[in-house]
Amino acid sequence: MRSYAGQRAALAVVQLAVLSILVFVLTALLPGDAADMRFTETLTPEQIAQLRAQLGLDRPALERFTHWFGNVLTGDLGTSLISGGPVLDIVKASVGATLVLTLATLAIVVPLAVALGILMGTRENGRLDRTITSITLALSAIPDFVIAVVLVALFSLKLGWLPATWVGGSLLTNPVLLVLPVAVLLGRTVCLLSRQVRAGTINALHADYVVQARRLGVPRRRLLLRHVLPNAAVPGVQELARTGDTLLGGVLVVEAIFAIPGFATALVDGVETRDVPVVQGLTLVLAVAALLINLGADLVCNRLVPRTELLR
Amino acid sequence: MSEALNRRGFLGLAGGLGLAALTGCGSDGASNAAAQPKAGGRLRAVFAGGGAKEVLDPHVQSLFVDIARHKAMFEKLVELGPDLKPLPRLAEKWEPNAQASTWRFTLRDATFHDGQKLTSQDVLYSLARIADPAVPDRVAQSSLASLDLRRCKAIDPRTVELVLTAPNAEFPALLAGIGTHIVRDGFKDPTKPIGTGAFKFVSFEAGRSMVANRFDDYWDGAAKLEELQILSADAEARANALQGGQAEYANEMTATFARTAEAGKTVKIVAAKGATTQAFVMKVDQAPFDNPDVRMAFKLLADRQRLVDVVLAGRGVVGNDLFGKGFQYYPADLPQRERNLEEAKALLKKAGLLNKEVEIFTSDSTAGFVEAATLFAEQVNEAGVKLKVTTGSAQTYAKDLLTKGAIGSHRSGAMPIPQYITDRLLTKSPFNVTHWRQPAFDAAFASAQVLTDETARAAKYGELQKTLRDQGGIIAWGHPDFMVGVSAKVQGVEAAPPNTLDSARFDKVWLA
Repeated sequence: MRSYAGQRAALAVVQLAVLSILVFVLTALLPGDAADMRFTETLTPEQIAQLRAQLGLDRPALERFTHWFGNVLTGDLGTSLISGGPVLDIVKASVGATLVLTLATLAIVVPLAVALGILMGTRENGRLDRTITSITLALSAIPDFVIAVVLVALFSLKLGWLPATWVGGSLLTNPVLLVLPVAVLLGRTVCLLSRQVRAGTINALHADYVVQARRLGVPRRRLLLRHVLPNAAVPGVQELARTGDTLLGGVLVVEAIFAIPGFATALVDGVETRDVPVVQGLTLVLAVAALLINLGADLVCNRLVPRTELLR
Repeated sequence: MSEALNRRGFLGLAGGLGLAALTGCGSDGASNAAAQPKAGGRLRAVFAGGGAKEVLDPHVQSLFVDIARHKAMFEKLVELGPDLKPLPRLAEKWEPNAQASTWRFTLRDATFHDGQKLTSQDVLYSLARIADPAVPDRVAQSSLASLDLRRCKAIDPRTVELVLTAPNAEFPALLAGIGTHIVRDGFKDPTKPIGTGAFKFVSFEAGRSMVANRFDDYWDGAAKLEELQILSADAEARANALQGGQAEYANEMTATFARTAEAGKTVKIVAAKGATTQAFVMKVDQAPFDNPDVRMAFKLLADRQRLVDVVLAGRGVVGNDLFGKGFQYYPADLPQRERNLEEAKALLKKAGLLNKEVEIFTSDSTAGFVEAATLFAEQVNEAGVKLKVTTGSAQTYAKDLLTKGAIGSHRSGAMPIPQYITDRLLTKSPFNVTHWRQPAFDAAFASAQVLTDETARAAKYGELQKTLRDQGGIIAWGHPDFMVGVSAKVQGVEAAPPNTLDSARFDKVWLA
């Protein structure tokens, strides 16, 4: 177990380093730099050049990267080229909304998808199975922003029940702000997860040990909860970790539509203003989070079904 | 000016379509406003955001949202009227010497939020702070470069004498430019803004919000609103927030939104007719536009009315190849240029351009750029010249246009005509996208600017603009309306071009 953890940690460090280089190169490939983004029609080329020098953007790319990387190793994410403040401040200011959004979605997705998955799996190809499958597949086929626009048009603008954006609102005083964004994020994730749980349930139900247990007269309820669910949950938990990317993509769209000041919004702003340290810092935090989630998922799977091979 | 406006354009379109599918949503019973302004309440105004780019420092700004925030708390010596003519603000009057090189400004009896009276010293400190060469992003630096700070002085606490290195009869208008606010003497920490404006600072989060409260000792009469929030959001979120009742004022709205809003009862559109400018710009030193005949031919090929109808959905005014229609010094007596296909063909034939291909360089950095270029390409094609549309990066377009593309797309907000010429049409102008560099034009403009007699100055400017219209590289085809959406209960919002006194001004606004 220890050597496994060590290998995982070493792999993670390499992954993070490669990712940082990739992000740096990709942002460098975008047209223009942060000094260009401050361009106004009254700034002279000399003043732009002066700004560029002040921001350190006239130094070689390799030097800028190693400087940034050295700072990160000491725990310093650097300074925003646009606001002039610490990148950490931007991370802190934007992480809350995204975290609340993601956790609220997960808190609903997980029990809902597991319940639906078992329901469908135990009634394989029955009417209920086919109905739920059709609905969840249809929902996952509709792009997030279409669902969002329709929900906003209906519940906010037509009926006036729910706020259409986070503009001028605060989650503390108005938790109802979460309803529509979470509803949009549910669409695809519920489908993906419940399909996995369904498949896992069906597999488990057909497995020899379940057939045997049934023959021995184990009550159905006990059979499902004690023997089928843990095995059925394995693909679900692994899928849940993979859902991370899907959810992040969804959060990006949802934050844009509902004007939510979260991680994705900060990232988009960072890219648009060529604020390289901010983009680097945000992706690094996201990558660490993704790695932790995947590690967590593997460990959970190991707990659920100890025979799962950890190193594949 | 507002770079954030167009991002996520696809989502914006989707949002717009979603809105367009709806009709008005249940009136809240607000009838025609009572004539009596009421005090109290909170107004939430939403502007295009700029994320971490948003600043509290009133001397560093370029976004509408920054301008609105600073305007709530700070004031300038001079402001601009609806025709972009200087109006007294913190300076109640001014007097130049005979050469327009030394100006005396008399200050109003105004009070800062910390209780201190406005003095000449505050003015001198503010101007020196703007001019600080170590901080190039203080935006008014180049426009106020002619100030000779060492010779500027306080005559008494309420009179200040400003001396210029070169005479300039337009100097008051320069003091009304972006980023010219008067701050307290010794102002260093932008996170603690203290101004003379109608609202006092409460809180600020870049990319999100600013909250300010009414300042009771405001010299121009305390505001009606108790609290003002200035928030940031993209176009589709602004539309949703306004229609969904989460905001009472939304800046810079589209024609699509206006059409939807006008069908309902909850939202009103306040439009400043033809307040901004859209144009195609030809580089007069690059083939084929180094030939004046080709420039004239392209001007004659633009079907301006159709461009306005299609690209602006009719919410605009046709242009006459000049910036600033309706503004002070605009030569309204020049005849409207009309489309003339035959004459254009003859000129193109003479220039040997028939059946050749020309590239127009555009981007979706501003709503309507690509659409206008595409439609114009059709209009040019009819004369036998192929105009090919190429699209560049939206975020760097303004800068790229300086060097790229023999012909491109151009927009401008509202500003005084002499300022437009100074920034864009002189040999040394930083944003001379038409490469119009004519020593004779520079000299004539300089000699006009020193004339203290306004009529004589206007006549000179008129001649210069006629030259530009006939020989220059600007095909100003239209002047889009500047539109603001307000909820039905909001009263006292004036239709005003951006960057003028009454635009994004909330001290006279009240809620019915």
